[in-house]
Amino acid sequence: MTKDNNPKMYMNPYLGGALLGLVLVFAFWVSGRGLGASGAPKSLIVAGVEAVAPAHASTATFYKEYGSAKENPWKAWLVFQMMGVVVGGFISGAFAGRLKFEVEKSPKITNKIRIIFALIGGILFGFGSQLGRGCTSGSALTGMAVLSVGGFVTMAAIFGTAFGLAYFARKLWI
Amino acid sequence: MGPLVVNEIISPETNLFFAFIIGIAFGFVLEINGFSSSRRLAGMFYGYDTTVLKVFFTAAIVGMIGILFLSLFGMLDLSLIYINPTFLWSAIGGGVIMGAGFILGGYCPGTSFAAASIGKLDALAFIGGLFIGIFIFAEGYPLWEGFYEAKDLGYPLLNNLIGTSRGMMTFLIILVALAMFWVGEWAEKKFARADYKINQH
Repeated sequence: MTKDNNPKMYMNPYLGGALLGLVLVFAFWVSGRGLGASGAPKSLIVAGVEAVAPAHASTATFYKEYGSAKENPWKAWLVFQMMGVVVGGFISGAFAGRLKFEVEKSPKITNKIRIIFALIGGILFGFGSQLGRGCTSGSALTGMAVLSVGGFVTMAAIFGTAFGLAYFARKLWI
Repeated sequence: MGPLVVNEIISPETNLFFAFIIGIAFGFVLEINGFSSSRRLAGMFYGYDTTVLKVFFTAAIVGMIGILFLSLFGMLDLSLIYINPTFLWSAIGGGVIMGAGFILGGYCPGTSFAAASIGKLDALAFIGGLFIGIFIFAEGYPLWEGFYEAKDLGYPLLNNLIGTSRGMMTFLIILVALAMFWVGEWAEKKFARADYKINQH
């Protein structure tokens, strides 16, 4: 099979980046806001706590400030957008023949180690995304596109820290 | 004319429908560029695959240019779009914690959902972690509320900070991005790995 017609090949990254940029511009033109991700699980957690422990949700500061008094979390823009992300990712993976249950990791570690570190990474990223008011999509990428100082600061902190810690985490990846 | 929903050209319900459509495009582009692969994402930090750098910064500069031109043509009112507020300490602190999560977990939130959609089980674990991390933040909120609200700078823009126009700022960032693309291409040759192949057009 020649290089150009292998169905599992990814798109050229500069073309892909340009398409992602156009999606971002379209989001601003339609909705006046950029892309995001971490806001969707936050909305679901707020909605979940309000449903399971309404008394707690009505007294704890975080839920009072971000709860349904301000916006119905089930109808949040980012929840719909993230449902789309799952559908869009699936469509691309289906066309490319990449649908497969697997654990992706360095050949040097076990699946169990990979899953444990993925969970720890997720916990850190979830916490950090709330502290930083958005993740790589909502704060860094979208913030940079509108030239927000905070977007550049968050981007530099995320990538700088990941580079700084890469040596210590190398067994996970190389 | 834009943003359509703010100017009441489309209804809030239609806006949510567009959120879903925009999400499909977002997820599709993430997956087709291999952002559904944690080893590809992590490759950024070891130099063997710098796709993250190329896609992320191309998207950022296309976004900047697109928003600039829509504004110049009168199609987008920049005073009505959402600008992220800058709380300096939490932007840095949150970014540092997210960076640690990135190198340990191999994903960021958006990419983890795209990866889970094609069956990556490590991405599912990462998403489980996201919910736990956000829940911890919410429950412990009074403990870090002070840090979270500290050093509120409002809504500063980089061009105002440097004292130049929006267009000139965008031009300077494009030059920086081009230099970084050159470094990325160099790194992929220098740090290429026998056990990892960059499989892209």
